[in-house]
Amino acid sequence: MKTKTAGRRSSGSHCRPAKLWQLRLYLVGQTPKSLMAFANLKKICESHLKGHYRITVIDLVKQPQLAKGDQILAIPTVVRKLPKPVRTILGNLSDTDHLLVGLDLRAVD
Amino acid sequence: MKNNGHKSTSPTAGLPKCPTGIQGLDEITGGGLPRGRPTLVCGGTGCGKTLLAAEFLVRGAVQFGEPGVFMAFEETEAELKANVASLGFDLAGLIRRKKIAIDYVHIERSEVQESGEYDLEGLFVRLNHAIDSIGARRVVLDTLEALFASLPNEAILRAELRRLFRWLKDKGVTAVITAERGRDQLTRHGLEEYVSDCVILLDHRVNEQIATRHLRVVKYRGALHGTNEFPFLIGDEGISVLPITSLGLNHKISAERIATGIPRLDAMLGGRGFFRGSSILLTGTPGTGKTIVAANFAQAACRRGERTLFFSFEESPNQIIRNMHSIGLRLEPLVKRGLLRFHAARPSLYGLEMHLATMFKEIAAFQPHVVIVDPITSLMDAGTASECRAMVTRLVDYLKAGQVTTLFTSLTQAGHALQQSEASMSSLMDSWLLLQDFEGNGERNRVLYVLKARGMAHSNQIREFLISDRGIDLVDAYIGPSGVLTGAARVAQTAREKAEALASQQEAARRQRELKRKRAALEQQITGLRSEHEASAEELRQIDEQVGRQTRLLTTERTELGRLRQADISVAASTRGNSKPKSKR
Repeated sequence: MKTKTAGRRSSGSHCRPAKLWQLRLYLVGQTPKSLMAFANLKKICESHLKGHYRITVIDLVKQPQLAKGDQILAIPTVVRKLPKPVRTILGNLSDTDHLLVGLDLRAVD
Repeated sequence: MKNNGHKSTSPTAGLPKCPTGIQGLDEITGGGLPRGRPTLVCGGTGCGKTLLAAEFLVRGAVQFGEPGVFMAFEETEAELKANVASLGFDLAGLIRRKKIAIDYVHIERSEVQESGEYDLEGLFVRLNHAIDSIGARRVVLDTLEALFASLPNEAILRAELRRLFRWLKDKGVTAVITAERGRDQLTRHGLEEYVSDCVILLDHRVNEQIATRHLRVVKYRGALHGTNEFPFLIGDEGISVLPITSLGLNHKISAERIATGIPRLDAMLGGRGFFRGSSILLTGTPGTGKTIVAANFAQAACRRGERTLFFSFEESPNQIIRNMHSIGLRLEPLVKRGLLRFHAARPSLYGLEMHLATMFKEIAAFQPHVVIVDPITSLMDAGTASECRAMVTRLVDYLKAGQVTTLFTSLTQAGHALQQSEASMSSLMDSWLLLQDFEGNGERNRVLYVLKARGMAHSNQIREFLISDRGIDLVDAYIGPSGVLTGAARVAQTAREKAEALASQQEAARRQRELKRKRAALEQQITGLRSEHEASAEELRQIDEQVGRQTRLLTTERTELGRLRQADISVAASTRGNSKPKSKR
């Protein structure tokens, strides 16, 4: 598991703990599709949630048992663990509009 | 895959098979499902797809040492465990021992958003992980089509499913994929397009308020298979498919004879009763004593120490025991000794197939020598005529294969001598006894005759069938110029004959007496005549004497006269008297 935490601001997370976004990205191997998905996700998070998010990348080749927990079928899949409710976005995240709807970030905009 | 150790049957030698262990299914498919290939099981709601798949997996793990993965798209692990537990499968235990792995796959469409391209690699990863974690040889995907509801992009899904089936084949696992029946095609989403090796169709039909499940192998590439629709049922021990055609006419036969419990009936059947392992049909109108004959047969079997299983579809066991008590048959001790077992069920309780399966199970558990089905016609109401015939055929075959003697009672409508169903059923039977009512002279009487008895000389006579508090008796019915007489008419006829005999006896005696008298009279006459005869003889003698006397007198007189006339002649006479013998010489 690679954990990439980007732009974490301790003060912000302390003030608004509910606003810390926990995202999990499920991938199978380092395929171009995987890398593209990660890049897309990172880009959106940076632009919309700077400092309020944490992306956990799970490679199912290494940890296949983790697929069951979040009911992963499609690859790549992003699961928004926090804030609740849990939301799932399938695909390489190239469709930004759908990604924003999926992450429920439109309201923030 | 080739060294699976499974003995495949000759016509299918080319294709390795994976036995399901499901009763009857392996017979239809000639050994099981195609090994290492996916099989599609499709059918409507509630026809037993999931159960069939689960049983395939459980039996594989338990009987054939092949662990399996159950990927459930509809039911959760807990639900699945509970559902198959009702069939006696300990899924939880198998999971603990790493024989079976369950993976519940679920996606809530409302929580899912698509963004860009994706594939179902996650499903592959999960499946692969599950297979590798227990070394599975079998896989069930139930019901894959649920994915069509969860995933918005059908094009991706179809492409991935095609890849999945390919992948399953490459993985070398024997897979069962269940799918919902579609309107115009086998499955709702056309899965049969991807699974082309074996397709099994399940069906649940309601016919005259009775539901029966059917199974049909629509397709089995590269193998011979039964193409008919086979009824199947879900019992306490899982699914059992009942193929009629799998049972051949090659059972062992016995020359042993067993008594019927009614000595006169034995006498009618060549003196020794039925053949062991034969099937006997006992038809009769209501109230002719079918159950009584059956109970007698049961008692006779139990007395020989044979186990008897009594299927009752009309009366409760206690009622039968009580009723038989009234004719002096005590069945209760036999039940207590474990020789006699009753199984009572209402015919309408469940469908024919279920009845048949229950009966098979009871028979297998009790291992009886004699089985009584009272009455088989009750079961006829639980299905159509052809179904019933098929069922009786299977039952008869099953029992014959086990050398079990079976007595079926059959109820006929009063007024109809034989019903169609019986005529068709009778051809399956070895012996056929008929009980009938004879009505007349203000009373009903029972008669019994042997309609047929294969392989033995049997009586062609009608016997009157008497039921008393001491049991059953058969008596010769009166057969005379006026037809067959029974009951009071028979008794009256006998009395009449007796009276006639008495009358003629008396007449004879009278004539005898008369003749005696006549003879005596004649004798008297004879005596009279004889005395008369004697009297006349006496008279004759007297006459003779008289004549003699007179002659003598005359001679004397003449001599006197002569002497008086010439005295010298006497001298001459005396000398003549002396010389005469000399001269004659």
